[in-house]
Amino acid sequence: MYSALTSYFSKTTQAAPLAVFRVFFGLMMCYSIVRFWSNGWIDKLYLQPDFFFSYFGFEWVKPLGMYTYVLFAVCGIATLFIAIGYKYRIAIIVFFLSFTYIELMDKTTYLNHYYFISCLSFLLIFLPANACFSIDAKKGKATPYIPKWTIDSVKMLLCVVYFYAGLAKLNSDWMLNAMPLKIWLPSNYDIPILGNLLQQEWMHYAFSWGGAAYDLAIPFLLLYKPTRWFAFILVVVFHVLTRVLFPIGVFPFVMIVSALIFFDAGFHQKIINGISNLFRIKSNASNPEISTYRYTSNASIVIVGFFLTIQLLLPWRYLVYPGELFWTEEGYRFSWRVMLMEKAGYAQFKIKDKTTGQQFYVDNSDFLTPLQEKQMSTQPDFILQYAHYLGDHFKNKNNREVAVFVESYVALNGRLSQPYIDPEIDLLEQKESLRQRDWLLPFNDSIKGL
Amino acid sequence: MSYWKLVSIVTLLFIAVACSSDNGDAPDQPLNDSFNREAMLMNWADNIIVPAYTSFVSKTTELNAATTVFTETPSEENLIALRTIWVSTYIEFQNVSMFEIGKAEEVNFRNRMNIYPTNANKINDFIAEGTFNFSLPSTIDAQGFPALDYMLNGLAETDSEIVAFYTTNENAANYLEYLNALSETIETLSITLLNDWNENFRDSFVSNTSSSASGSVDKLANDYILYYEKALRAGKIGIPAGVFSNDPLPENVEAFYKKDISKSLAQQALTASQNFFNGIYFNSSQQGESFRTYLTFLNSVKNGEDLSGLINAQFETAKTNIEELNVNFVSQIETDNIQMQNTYDELQRNVIFLKVDMLQALDINVDYVDTDGD
Repeated sequence: MYSALTSYFSKTTQAAPLAVFRVFFGLMMCYSIVRFWSNGWIDKLYLQPDFFFSYFGFEWVKPLGMYTYVLFAVCGIATLFIAIGYKYRIAIIVFFLSFTYIELMDKTTYLNHYYFISCLSFLLIFLPANACFSIDAKKGKATPYIPKWTIDSVKMLLCVVYFYAGLAKLNSDWMLNAMPLKIWLPSNYDIPILGNLLQQEWMHYAFSWGGAAYDLAIPFLLLYKPTRWFAFILVVVFHVLTRVLFPIGVFPFVMIVSALIFFDAGFHQKIINGISNLFRIKSNASNPEISTYRYTSNASIVIVGFFLTIQLLLPWRYLVYPGELFWTEEGYRFSWRVMLMEKAGYAQFKIKDKTTGQQFYVDNSDFLTPLQEKQMSTQPDFILQYAHYLGDHFKNKNNREVAVFVESYVALNGRLSQPYIDPEIDLLEQKESLRQRDWLLPFNDSIKGL
Repeated sequence: MSYWKLVSIVTLLFIAVACSSDNGDAPDQPLNDSFNREAMLMNWADNIIVPAYTSFVSKTTELNAATTVFTETPSEENLIALRTIWVSTYIEFQNVSMFEIGKAEEVNFRNRMNIYPTNANKINDFIAEGTFNFSLPSTIDAQGFPALDYMLNGLAETDSEIVAFYTTNENAANYLEYLNALSETIETLSITLLNDWNENFRDSFVSNTSSSASGSVDKLANDYILYYEKALRAGKIGIPAGVFSNDPLPENVEAFYKKDISKSLAQQALTASQNFFNGIYFNSSQQGESFRTYLTFLNSVKNGEDLSGLINAQFETAKTNIEELNVNFVSQIETDNIQMQNTYDELQRNVIFLKVDMLQALDINVDYVDTDGD
């Protein structure tokens, strides 16, 4: 066992796939930041709101006012450094920190693919992605060979994303009722050709089953050489389709480009040669010496191994919570549950003066943006945090002890809306924690499966 | 497949997708086996919105004419005549208030027509100074129907005392001028809106069948629900009943000075909202494509609950509740506010059906931003 491990970790492979991955990753992230900025989303999402929803344990992460633009600029510049491979290690650390900080500022904008980017950039900190085809390599010593596990760890992260997304689809709503696709697909009536087909029930089932099969199978099809090209074509078709059907931004492109890492070094060398010719970059032909990147310690292996183990375990944490996952969302995030449910809600908060017993309702639009209100009204942790914010606000405003109640309704995957939070419970007496939330009303239905 | 061939195909696909705009504005294809949104938009525009505006505009012209008559000859008789027309125009306004889209959104129509409570002090100041500009946002609480309410019903207790403001008061000329300006602005703005619908907005509205947040269906659905929730449920009933404050606020009743029409205004607004939901033609009992038929179509695919049935039943319950209220909401609040709050609760139930269940069924976007549905 030990010898098998040591012999695996001493295996080497060409550095080209990781170098190409680094270049494309940098460029995609650069495009992503520019797109975010030019859509005016920095202002809209991080400057205009008065209040931001924090992640548990990260309450100290807040937008920085006008300096938020600086943060995005730093993040954007780091992407270019990553792409050209200049001061790579510093650049990827700066990118990881700034990008993750941005994501932690407001969980209203939580997207699985942003989380994926944070995970991937964390992993890349420990990989020698600048070993060749980079300015670092040009200035120092290029090492065309790197340990094989480094590329395998990226492949593994991708496989986890796909496979877990596939597992998450194995539930009765998705497979037996074609939900939520039955809600989402018909609204794409204005797409040429497909628009009409998307109104058909059999298409909703075809997409549901096809999506689950795709997610579960694609890691193996990509890993197995004879099916690799076929798998890649599937990746392109699948992600282009999701791009057309759903507002998921740059994620499809990121996944298409990432899947290239499964191809062998010869393919990537061609890409490097192609780019070199295009930009007339001279390769270090004068340095024919074949050398291998060497880690100075085993720390990187340990950290990467630990990180990937967490990735494998984290999505299962929902099992320790009773109740329906889709309803309680306890353990829902950070688990590659992508495009899995359609939830709509309505939450009306009641502020009650504890001394006089007088009460009134809150107009949510006084405090939240439409997007924040939408996210808040279906997720218990948002509702609790907002309730505490309202409690503080009205306590300070009127200098009175208050209680905060909420009357809320949630409709899940096309079911009729049901009461969500216990309206008799003073939310100010509840504290956010990782424990099960007993102030949620039960979900009067069951969803079977994983 | 050769390497470069594949690269070029992938590149082409990339470009194709990247160039398609973020929210697919592709023109609508002829639809046969799906719901015809263009027919719904046409029904909304041609059978409901434009006829409602047309009728409203002719009312505002009458209102302006009656104002001219009164300002030329300020008498109690002319005041009563003007007041009658003001009431019928105000009620007619309830049929168009929910369509805050296009020009109406641009000019902030609902706010310029109907912000209440009106600011009597501000009006008095404007009259004393003799200068004001109704296009300034700061003047929205000194114009429109509520300002007319104050000018026609709120200046004094009796009609003769009110007329005196326009005849013997030292500022009589300014009172007359302000009254004229109020009526004129209402008419001018309404004509602008109607002309815009007739000249170009109707066509762009009907043809914008896109499924994005900027598509006509999404936009008007959001506007409609916002109207129902904020202007009707909260504005007409909830806020005066004290639902959003520590105490009831009777001075926030619509038509506070006239008082005895507050129920009629609320009833008209509720009827207009329900009729729009059901696609009922303006001033007719004929029906066309609507939220109701759209939900029924989607339900045939989904086999879910009969949502349009639930929504209509809830509209009826709310109507029955309003029916039992005093014609004068101020006295209703002062004598039995519980009834008022019960009415609010019934209106509120439909907010949940409309905002949660209907928007989910129609898959309406709240805003344009990346989401992955979780």
